[in-house]
Amino acid sequence: MSNTHALSYWKANLRIVGTLLCIWFIISFGCGILLADYLDNFRIGGFKLGFWMAQQGSIYGFVVLIFVYIWQMDRLDRKYQLDQENHAKAEKDAAQEVRS
Amino acid sequence: MSVQIWTYLFIFLSFGLYIAIALWSKAGSTHDFYVAGGGVKPVVNGMATAADWMSAASFISMAGLISFLGRDGTYYLMGWTGGYVLLALLLAPYLRKFGKFTVPAFIGDRYYSQSARLAAVFCAIVVSFVYVCGQMQGAGIVFSRFLEVDITTGVIIGMAIVFFYAVLGGMKGITYTQVAQYCVLIFAYMVPAVFISLMMTGNPVPQLGFGSELTPEYGGGYLLDRLDGLSETLGFGTYTAGQKSTQDVFFITAALMFGTAGLPHVIIRFFTVPSVRAARVSAGYALVFIAVLYTTAPAIAAFSKTNLMNTVNNAEYTAMPGWFTTWERTGLIAFNDKNSDGRIQYVGDAATNELTVNRDIMVLANPEIARLPNWVVALVAAGALAAALSTAAGLLLVISTSISHDLLKRSLAPHITEKQELTYARIAIFVAVLIAGYFGINPPGFVAEVVAFAFGLAAASFFPAIVLGIFYTRMNRQGAVAGMLSGFTFTAAYIIYFKFISPELSTAQHWWFGISPEGIGTMGTLVNLAVALLVCRFTPAPPQDVQEIVHNIRLPGEHV
Repeated sequence: MSNTHALSYWKANLRIVGTLLCIWFIISFGCGILLADYLDNFRIGGFKLGFWMAQQGSIYGFVVLIFVYIWQMDRLDRKYQLDQENHAKAEKDAAQEVRS
Repeated sequence: MSVQIWTYLFIFLSFGLYIAIALWSKAGSTHDFYVAGGGVKPVVNGMATAADWMSAASFISMAGLISFLGRDGTYYLMGWTGGYVLLALLLAPYLRKFGKFTVPAFIGDRYYSQSARLAAVFCAIVVSFVYVCGQMQGAGIVFSRFLEVDITTGVIIGMAIVFFYAVLGGMKGITYTQVAQYCVLIFAYMVPAVFISLMMTGNPVPQLGFGSELTPEYGGGYLLDRLDGLSETLGFGTYTAGQKSTQDVFFITAALMFGTAGLPHVIIRFFTVPSVRAARVSAGYALVFIAVLYTTAPAIAAFSKTNLMNTVNNAEYTAMPGWFTTWERTGLIAFNDKNSDGRIQYVGDAATNELTVNRDIMVLANPEIARLPNWVVALVAAGALAAALSTAAGLLLVISTSISHDLLKRSLAPHITEKQELTYARIAIFVAVLIAGYFGINPPGFVAEVVAFAFGLAAASFFPAIVLGIFYTRMNRQGAVAGMLSGFTFTAAYIIYFKFISPELSTAQHWWFGISPEGIGTMGTLVNLAVALLVCRFTPAPPQDVQEIVHNIRLPGEHV
């Protein structure tokens, strides 16, 4: 893999991580702490929204964030042909073709 | 059947299971012992990580802490889950690609320095010891309260079990017992929660139940509104509103998040999976399994607080149900009839309040307070023990690998064979169990205080050093060591000053920027980052081969 190829993979990786960390900050520190008092003006069922974000919503958000990260990185790895399972398989197939 | 017989039955069954797993998964090599052979499936690793992470404190104390803190309790919930996002996005995949056994190994190799490696060994051992003492103590408390054996016997039984599977199986034994322990602990946590939610709100899902309306028997209306009303009337302040300053909650949350991501016993779990992708996926699973308990805890907090206030306030002391006297005997509840009217006044004002309630009661006595069947009450003991033992085992492994691998093999005695290294690892774990057991039986008074230490120090030392090591190629030895030292010293000094030297000054007006010692780890992290970046600017770049390591860990797969 060439250096420029590796560098552009890394930059794309940083973009994904950066975006997701911004969302991470907004749902936890933003909605759960800094804006919680304001969000308490709204309600979902028996929950005030700020309280719900702080004690429930942010945690669900974290779970979703990690799975979005896995999905995005899978896509990126495939694009740069760095996905290990497929790559190993492709190499094995290629080796078999050479032998046969 | 009585609660005691049920308790014996559950503990006997669960311990039998752990021992059977230990016998089945004996470690044959250091690779097995340190990283379970490196072939653990992501789901399995996720479950083991969850059990590793959720300690006696998460199981026994957290819901109680939240029920007394109200919305401010959020910092435990977000801090101890949000850290997994950092772990998944910033650390786990890269450390897995690096592919060594321990955190000190990464620090030592990345910063091409034996002293950095030794400093990391020291930090890892201190942090893990602090933690493991708390687990042993937790196990002792559960044994003594549920089985009415004394704490010493309880701790020794716990030690014997951990010793058996950790020494025999190393990481391999620990991984598979942790999976079993996760199942036990989550079942034990969820069953009472579901029961209580059904009873009070008619909704079987506790996460939804505490936002629902109470059943007519409980007086109807939204549960949280009732809780707010009761809390305000009794002078405790509104439950769903924050009482602490926003910046303090902010800093504590951040410190717990950075600390979570920097704790060595959590990080090493990601060395056990087969690939970089598996490391990412298992971080996702780990958080799912953790979130089950962490989203239930605030529900338990709200249910039990409402229940407690409803049951005790202004009630006749002599008419109290059986659980009240049982827990009074253990000293977790204390009633002092200040105005001698024979009734319990449970109010926010310290001068007239007559009831002191230990926070642990919210989980331990919750099933009894809600009059659940005996087998549910007994489950809690087995669950709490699973939580304590699984975390203790993970921590003991960090101590043992730090000694046998980083201290001996990589530093003091590089010529030992693999077989000798394995023997030393087993000896180290044996000694660590004994010391931890000793502190479990004779707990130093400062255990609760030092937990703030463990997170603050992990946040201020490991987290920035590892992140910079991955994301900043130019970061060199001088910068990293200076950063770790200043972050560590700054955080330790602040905590020691307010916790040990002048605890009477530990109030908001004396704290810097209103940040409590629990939250100072965040400042320590920033100090570490600032010093590291500054020193790095004026010192030479790291050698070419180290820069190659950094380029290599950024790419998944075996190329480059």
